[in-house]
Amino acid sequence: MSSNAAPANAPRVVLSAADIDRALTRIAYEILEANKGSKDLLLLGIPRRGFPLAQRLARKIAATDPTVDAAAIVGQLDVTMFRDDLAHQPTRAPQRTALPASGIDEKIVVLVDDVLYSGRTIRAALDALVDVGRPRAVRLAVLVDRGHRELPIRADHVGKNLPTSSSEKVRVRLDEIDAVAGQEGTVDSVIIEAGA
Amino acid sequence: MRHLLSTEDLSLENAVRILDTAEEMAAVGEREVKKLPALRGRTVVNLFFEDSTRTRISFEAAAKRLSADVINFAAKGSSVSKGESLKDTAQTLEAMSADAVVIRHWASGAPAQLANSGWIDAAVINAGDGTHAHPTQALLDAFTMRRHLAKLAGTSSIGADLTGMRVVIAGDVLHSRVARSNVWLLKTLGAEVTLVAPPTLLPIGVEYWPCKVSYDLDSVLASGVDAVMMLRVQAERMNDSFFPSTREYSRRWGFDDARLAKLDTLGLKDTIIMHPGPMNRGLEISSAAADSPRSTVLAQVRNGVSVRMATLYLLMSGELRENAPAAGTTPNETTLNGTTLKEFA
Repeated sequence: MSSNAAPANAPRVVLSAADIDRALTRIAYEILEANKGSKDLLLLGIPRRGFPLAQRLARKIAATDPTVDAAAIVGQLDVTMFRDDLAHQPTRAPQRTALPASGIDEKIVVLVDDVLYSGRTIRAALDALVDVGRPRAVRLAVLVDRGHRELPIRADHVGKNLPTSSSEKVRVRLDEIDAVAGQEGTVDSVIIEAGA
Repeated sequence: MRHLLSTEDLSLENAVRILDTAEEMAAVGEREVKKLPALRGRTVVNLFFEDSTRTRISFEAAAKRLSADVINFAAKGSSVSKGESLKDTAQTLEAMSADAVVIRHWASGAPAQLANSGWIDAAVINAGDGTHAHPTQALLDAFTMRRHLAKLAGTSSIGADLTGMRVVIAGDVLHSRVARSNVWLLKTLGAEVTLVAPPTLLPIGVEYWPCKVSYDLDSVLASGVDAVMMLRVQAERMNDSFFPSTREYSRRWGFDDARLAKLDTLGLKDTIIMHPGPMNRGLEISSAAADSPRSTVLAQVRNGVSVRMATLYLLMSGELRENAPAAGTTPNETTLNGTTLKEFA
């Protein structure tokens, strides 16, 4: 099955390292604006690539608001055990859930993930959140929204809307996770590959 | 991996994967809501043909924390006491569509029979069979040791094995499935195991096991050890005179107050004392040793729930049977979100 968006089978780079950085800078400002400041703000990344994105956003927020300690407002929320496709996928190893020391009760929690697709990961994340506390509000920030939603879920902050065919694959590469040892330079990028 | 029957055929990769998953499961026990929805709608049957408290409760707690439904079956007071065969019992469970069977049986090999006979489609987890194997106990012991090592080194235990750890397993090796399972698992994880027992309580063929054997506890302790695991003297399985008197046994092979004090004089300040329970206080382990800060007896019980949660999760989730490779084949590599994963089916 070939797609019109990628006539050649070569992967296309749709976001470069600089594009990702600009998008994250904008999202950081949007988060602060929507929240009217940094009060009660927490960023929870969804493993694996949502967590480094949450850390980068927190550093950008801390850079604009010196009262914020970037490390104290970031956490990781594992959603593996809450997925609705556990019985239909290869077994996934659960990842660590690490919440900020302040807990999430009565906080404004911004979930951070790399790609928003069917929305099922976010549904699982909402369930996982309920088990660790009761935030005052939950928002969603994603680097890429590729469409094809299967659930009534919408992102509040989007780095880039990418119209894709469902046969394509969207790959996000981040230095924190995908860097190859001994290789110079950044690997930060978002790539679309034609599907099989 | 489709069943967990023994530790002998457990690869290093799978062993570490179970321990890593258990590490994440342990975090659930510290939360306010101690429950995950991962196995909702699945049924776990605890099939116990032999008495057990902690193993059955531990499996029950593990299954319930993963939201599975649990059916407890004890042979006492069931149709087994009317003479029902294992096959008929198994097929009854199959008809009730059990997804996993946790079996403890007095006959060595009963879980393997259940897993390989085709009587039942469920995942089979060996919770102790005769004098053969008790894999989840060995896994929880390894988990406890790995955490101990990580704490000493100040590192994370995720992904680590037990390379270089010196473990002494002392006591009734002959009747102990815990010792057998531990010897193989600890060997796979890279630990050095020494068995210490009176010659009468060592099985035939022990010289072929991947471990050292000694009759003298004191000299083994003096040569340096990181963990001492005392085994229970299994009086209920002893139909012969294996040692002259309990007093002599406890003097020569028990972990008494004198040996506890000796650990300090030997400079082994980080050596832990383990026991799979239930303990015969005053026989193989003294009360002072069992209650000392070195003792990991209660940590072992706590870790048991995490390890059993990991085992149930890894065996019961994942692609359903029709796509799963047959037991013993190499795992398929699949890619997911760009990461290469080994399929654990």
